Amino acid sequence: MLAKKLCFTGCANDLHDKALPAQKAEMNLVFPGNALAVRRALKASMVGLRHLDLSQDEKGVVEIVLAEVLNNIVEHAYDDTHTGVIELTVSRQDDDLIFLVLDDGLPLPEAKVPAGAAHNLNTPTSDLPEGGFGWFLIKQLTRNLSYQRSGNRNRLSFSIALKDTQSF
Amino acid sequence: MQLTFQDIADTRVIVVGDNRIDAAIAISFKDRMRELTETGPNRILVDMTCVDFIDSSGLGAIVAAMKQVADSKSLELANLSSTVKKVFRLTRMDTVFAIHPSIDAAIGGGIANAG
Repeated sequence: MLAKKLCFTGCANDLHDKALPAQKAEMNLVFPGNALAVRRALKASMVGLRHLDLSQDEKGVVEIVLAEVLNNIVEHAYDDTHTGVIELTVSRQDDDLIFLVLDDGLPLPEAKVPAGAAHNLNTPTSDLPEGGFGWFLIKQLTRNLSYQRSGNRNRLSFSIALKDTQSF
Repeated sequence: MQLTFQDIADTRVIVVGDNRIDAAIAISFKDRMRELTETGPNRILVDMTCVDFIDSSGLGAIVAAMKQVADSKSLELANLSSTVKKVFRLTRMDTVFAIHPSIDAAIGGGIANAG
């Protein structure tokens, strides 16, 4: 119980393990768009999804994708001059988890999902990439990835098919 | 960032004490790795037993740690969790790093001989 207090005190409005109660197949979290809050929200999301009895593979995929999506927002949408909140909604439809992520930060470049191409790793060690893996991972692990800019709001939606996760 | 090391035979084994290498600690990981790899044996083995999760920033920091060791040195990894392995596999970084199932497997008889 102590760990729970330490993790969630003073964060978003509903970061606790009742975020996705069994009788309601939807989890909704609202939290500040900064690195520390994202770390806590990730933890809260994994706790909130616990009742779905996800396998280790499934949990791993969900956590990787959420970490990349939320870190992107903190690093790019909310920069030094823009601050705001992130709203994350997760629902389950049969064997798919459906994600909706909203923020009020800067739009994605050209208002579209970046290409997220694979890196060429056949290079000398000194030329190996140290970044640019985020969108590549998101694209590999999700389906139905869609981005919309409406007004000042970014809206990213995607799904994770639980049956896919074993093959990743 | 908790990194400790022990020199076993001709290998510097660096144990990561944190359970995540993510955006929040990627830079301190890279800096601390530089300190620990500047001196000591030429073979560096990073024990990831405690690490449950890495994100792309963490992966970038591990790549950076490899790039910053001298040409005469190697940096290898051991004890990756299933989620960490997944990130290496998906990005194909598993083709760049030598990845060992355990410290024992990586060092062979080294531990016994270390006395």
